[in-house]
Amino acid sequence: MTAAVTTILGIESSCDDTAAAVVRAQGDTGTILSSVVLGQADLHAAFGGVVPEIAARAHVEKLDHAVEAALAQAGVGLSGIDAIAVTSGPGLIGGVLSGVMLARGLAAATGKPLLGVNHLAGHALTPRLTDGLAFPYLMLLVSGGHCQFLIAHAADRFERLGGTIDDAPGEAFDKVAKLLGLPQPGGPPVEAEALHGDPSRFDFPRPLLDRPGCDLSFSGLKTAVLRERDALVAVQGGLTVQDRADLCAAFQAAVAAVLAEKSRRAVRVYSGLNPAAPAFAVAGGVAANTVLRTALRAVADSEGTAFVAPPLRLCTDNAAMIAWAGYERMRLGPTDDRTLTPRSRWPLDEDAAPMLGAGRRGAKA
Amino acid sequence: MTTATATLSLDIALPDEAATGQLAATLARCLRAGDTVLLQGDLGAGKSTLARALIRARLAAPDLQVPSPTFTLVQVYGDGLDVIWHADLYRLGGSDEVVELGLADAFGTAICLVEWPERLGGLTPPDALTIALSPSGGDVRRAQMRGSGDWTARLADLAPDD
Repeated sequence: MTAAVTTILGIESSCDDTAAAVVRAQGDTGTILSSVVLGQADLHAAFGGVVPEIAARAHVEKLDHAVEAALAQAGVGLSGIDAIAVTSGPGLIGGVLSGVMLARGLAAATGKPLLGVNHLAGHALTPRLTDGLAFPYLMLLVSGGHCQFLIAHAADRFERLGGTIDDAPGEAFDKVAKLLGLPQPGGPPVEAEALHGDPSRFDFPRPLLDRPGCDLSFSGLKTAVLRERDALVAVQGGLTVQDRADLCAAFQAAVAAVLAEKSRRAVRVYSGLNPAAPAFAVAGGVAANTVLRTALRAVADSEGTAFVAPPLRLCTDNAAMIAWAGYERMRLGPTDDRTLTPRSRWPLDEDAAPMLGAGRRGAKA
Repeated sequence: MTTATATLSLDIALPDEAATGQLAATLARCLRAGDTVLLQGDLGAGKSTLARALIRARLAAPDLQVPSPTFTLVQVYGDGLDVIWHADLYRLGGSDEVVELGLADAFGTAICLVEWPERLGGLTPPDALTIALSPSGGDVRRAQMRGSGDWTARLADLAPDD
């Protein structure tokens, strides 16, 4: 028996970017026909960070164009779409609401099923779209302010093993870059500096390694870099090029050591499930850093687990992952009706208990 | 002109994280719904550490996860009558975005802890408590606390004995 071919339109507007995509899925495989992300041209490096599109208005202005472009690039009209998937949380409520309202309108106009998708589930299911991973798999999900270890048991069942208790790694790289006068985002320049640095010159802390579990902490590491910088400036009156490279290398080595050890613990918990095809997927900017990626791959290799890192463009916010997650949801059961409402707070490992009216905003945790 | 209350001006040395925790615990006791605390200071000055300790003390939850709000912009804690907003305005462009974020609505109803409050501009609540954190050699940090309204009376516990 051949599984039906399903074409899904995905819509994402829960954070900084406005995105739309068309994914064609059959059985366990999906093909991205188009994936449009608007908003990244607005990155504002001079500001020392990424200025977010928090305004619902900005999403509203871009959503129609994103959907039009995604359909055009995919070469399908609305009539060729089988279902509409939209991020319905968590995220900044204005943005989520804009996307949900558009999706509800499209569903009403076309009569197609509507699927509300958890943004984090979109990220967590991406390795199935890109690499066809089978459940259960282990995921290190690093996106925006997140950093968490998840076991994906099913498309609607995720188990959180631990995560950062303060800063995410990407945030630590951004802040260290800022402390050392390097451009934003901080990941690439810190990695480039570290290439010429001596990681053993500074003995930075390895936060939380002395404690059991898979929780991570990076805030103290940033402060340790600040203190070394200030100590050098106090003695020498400034930083040499070599100082900066050494600080970057030692910082990066500390991040790698912590991520690797915590990953090893997470892999061991996961291996206790005796998965038939064990796999450790790393999504996000962490996998774009060669040193971190090498450290994480080494953990997977030594633990006998496959290592998967989806392409970075599918690890940052996008709508292809929303379309795919919508498809996975559709295969599991009922779709949403047109009363689908946004949820600003929607933890992945929480059962679908109603959170509406809790008055929480913004927290993607 | 007569004023019932003097403007608060208090400098406290925080020699270690335990001292930060003590300051946070005192603040947690003194704060009321509708108060805003502006946390100033450079990267690594200890703004998030103070906010985290304050939130945990206020909610009597020492292990509560209080992640950095730099990317999410706002994290909201507590429920019912005791709601705490922890905001980081570092990534914001201006005060109109503060309105979009819902923060302006939260002022006056929730306890709001605001990092990088310079972005508030004209939306800064006039009776906010400002805490400026700065390094003061080694692990020592300095907390300069300023505020009009009745902060001097409310934070009398923190004032040095005369």
